[in-house]
Amino acid sequence: MFFSSPFKLKKKGIMGMNQRNSGYIGRYNPRRLYPLVDNKLKTKIIAREANVTTPALLGVISMQAEVEDVEHFIKDTPGFVIKPAKGSGGKGILVITKIKNGRYYKPNGNEETLAEIKRHVTDILAGLFSLGGSADLAVVEGLIQFDSAFDGFSFEGVPDVRVIVFKGFPVMAMMRLSTAASDGKANLHQGAVGVGIDIATGKAVNAVQFDLPVERHPDTDKELKLLNVPKWERLIYLAASCYEMSGMGYLGTDMVLDRDLGPMLLELNARPGLAIQIANGTGILPRLKLIESLTNAEQMTVEERVAFCKKHFAETPLVEIAS
Amino acid sequence: MNARIFFFTLVAGLFLLGIFQTVQRHLAFDIPWMPGETRSVWNIDAKVEFEATGKPVLASLTTPNSQAGYTQISQNAASPGYGLSFLYEDNNPQAQWTIREINGPQTLYYNIQLLVDNGSTDQSITEMPKLHEVEYGAAGVAADLAAGSDIIKDALKTSADAFSFTREVLKQLNASDPNQNVSLVLAGKASKTDILITLLNEAKIPTKRIGALTLEDGRRRQHLQPLIEVFQERDGKIESRLFDASSVKEVDRSDLLLWDQSGKALLELTGGVNSKVSFSMIQQDQPALAAILQKTDNEHLFNFSIHSLPVEDQSLFKGILMIPLGVLIVVIMRVLIGLKTSGTFMPVLIAMAFIQTSLITGLVGFILLVAVGLFIRSYLSHLNLLLVSRISTVIIMVILLIALFGVLSYKLGLTEGLKVTFFPMIILSWTIERMSVLWEEEGPKEVFTQGGGSLVVAVLAYFVMSNEVARHLMFNFIGLQFVVMAFVLVLGSYTGYRLLELRRFKPLADKE
Repeated sequence: MFFSSPFKLKKKGIMGMNQRNSGYIGRYNPRRLYPLVDNKLKTKIIAREANVTTPALLGVISMQAEVEDVEHFIKDTPGFVIKPAKGSGGKGILVITKIKNGRYYKPNGNEETLAEIKRHVTDILAGLFSLGGSADLAVVEGLIQFDSAFDGFSFEGVPDVRVIVFKGFPVMAMMRLSTAASDGKANLHQGAVGVGIDIATGKAVNAVQFDLPVERHPDTDKELKLLNVPKWERLIYLAASCYEMSGMGYLGTDMVLDRDLGPMLLELNARPGLAIQIANGTGILPRLKLIESLTNAEQMTVEERVAFCKKHFAETPLVEIAS
Repeated sequence: MNARIFFFTLVAGLFLLGIFQTVQRHLAFDIPWMPGETRSVWNIDAKVEFEATGKPVLASLTTPNSQAGYTQISQNAASPGYGLSFLYEDNNPQAQWTIREINGPQTLYYNIQLLVDNGSTDQSITEMPKLHEVEYGAAGVAADLAAGSDIIKDALKTSADAFSFTREVLKQLNASDPNQNVSLVLAGKASKTDILITLLNEAKIPTKRIGALTLEDGRRRQHLQPLIEVFQERDGKIESRLFDASSVKEVDRSDLLLWDQSGKALLELTGGVNSKVSFSMIQQDQPALAAILQKTDNEHLFNFSIHSLPVEDQSLFKGILMIPLGVLIVVIMRVLIGLKTSGTFMPVLIAMAFIQTSLITGLVGFILLVAVGLFIRSYLSHLNLLLVSRISTVIIMVILLIALFGVLSYKLGLTEGLKVTFFPMIILSWTIERMSVLWEEEGPKEVFTQGGGSLVVAVLAYFVMSNEVARHLMFNFIGLQFVVMAFVLVLGSYTGYRLLELRRFKPLADKE
């Protein structure tokens, strides 16, 4: 059979796009709060107020006249990231991982001149990457030194952890690993590998690429079930506290792990995708329904919410397959 | 929960309102469900011939009153040199020709168009016609007074009311073996109709002489058939029935047009002699809608509909009123199927362009334009232009391409190619821009998915929007807009799976 039966999906508690849009995003995410989430600079500001760690802010360029300041911002850094404040889907993000003798290198080793970097900033300001082409800001951030725990799990990109936070409860998590197919991007529909992560332990439970199960990373051949996110406790705590700071009921938080600074918030997403269910091999609806049935959810502290989720949403670890 | 009940009440209300308005319009104005339906229109000519005597001529021809089964669409008269007026006297319409002085044989024509219309009804009778003041026994009518009285007496015995009385009299008059009284009465020169009227008159039953025309396609030189309308009052209401003096059976009205209901003469002529009126008729099948529109032209029934607009604006609305159907297709394809399209309602606009260009030409033209546009646009991305000027460049480029394709196809003798100008240029430019960005960011696969999705939806929308039945229904029944709206609203609250999600989540569903 080409199609699966809708009743089977329903029984498994799998959420579809229509239900996500009207039942969760439409109901729990107030429209007026969207700018907080869609503008990365605003997200950064509220995160700072809420004591949620974010990558270091090196500078903001808001006018064409300030483009020259880029040089000043990126001086004396080991690497940096320039991104549009209102970009979506990872568009317009320039990552420089190595600076040597005044030359800039991208993760894939290609060189980028200072003039090209400035032009990239100009493009961002003109709204080339923003939704609807409106004028935008360029945000310059410090480079994340990603944790060695992920060596071999990612190809040319920063692996990040997407945690779905529903009414402050971290209900489901997955790690997104870039691949050659995804061109170093962490978007699942472009070919990144999604690894479902156990809420209780931070260990891998299941992995998919292009919505189909995989065992090993397609480029590095690393066994994906060995993945174990360090400092998971802190990461999930930070993710859960994004609820208070943003006010969004149904939120996708993108977290990264810095080798030195630990877990930090990269960005928020008011319309998180559905692929996380495939990555975890389980439907998200039963978890959402459980949270919805709680009467005292609003009074619970972040710690209580995390504990609740660890208790109820723990996965049985992936059974080793005899090879 | 209350909001939900309110929502479904709203949807049901809209749906019912739409259906009600549609059915009401169908019943009240007789607008057909199908576009091809035709209705019969009778085109009847009355020819009046007479010999003018050189004096002022006044000729009044009684014309049909409104009646069950037929609705007058138009009337006119051809009569060179005559003054003509259509009068309405004593509830009876007339055509009146007048001229100061004329000599010799004259021919006047009167033409009426009647729509076969089951919705029209007879005029209600407000007062009993007066009894005729016929001199019983004069002019050879009922030669024997006593014989007539006997017939009446016999009929009275075996009847209950005016109608059964008439039937009884007719039975006697038309008996195959007439008795002595009847033979005596019939012996005179008077027609059976005259005799019947006289007898009924004598029995104090009001009657009216009717001239009826049997409608049969292609008949010429027809004359009116005399009928008798018999009246009686019952429970304060006046009823009437038609009788034919030469038959006992009730008159079958299905093909009868009661032309002359005046009860007087069909033609009143002064200043002429030897007058003669003959009729000829043809039946035409007209598109029902045109016939109904003609009919309502005078009645102002359509005042609040689009039909009251000038024709030019009507044709504009014909297009606009189809858009909801296209939008419905988009909603279905996105919400129920889960197809990706580039730009939410771009497929509808493309479909509208297809309607102008015809499908194949449109598809070829669209794909060609977008492909060439994408090719040139890929060069523009190297130039590092600002967004607005880049899109503007693409717009100018699209216009040049359209001009180029137009001229090229014309030179090659493919006049179909000229239709490429019907494409909305701004939309095309945005499509090219969006596809180009998509190509760079997500790769060609996504471009083909979204482009293909858009085209599939556009073609589907085209088929629905160009469907004759759909066009007819949407244009003539505004209520259907509410029905479409109700559907869209219901789809807007659909939270179930999309068809393509059943595919996407299949590995997950099959997992144990």
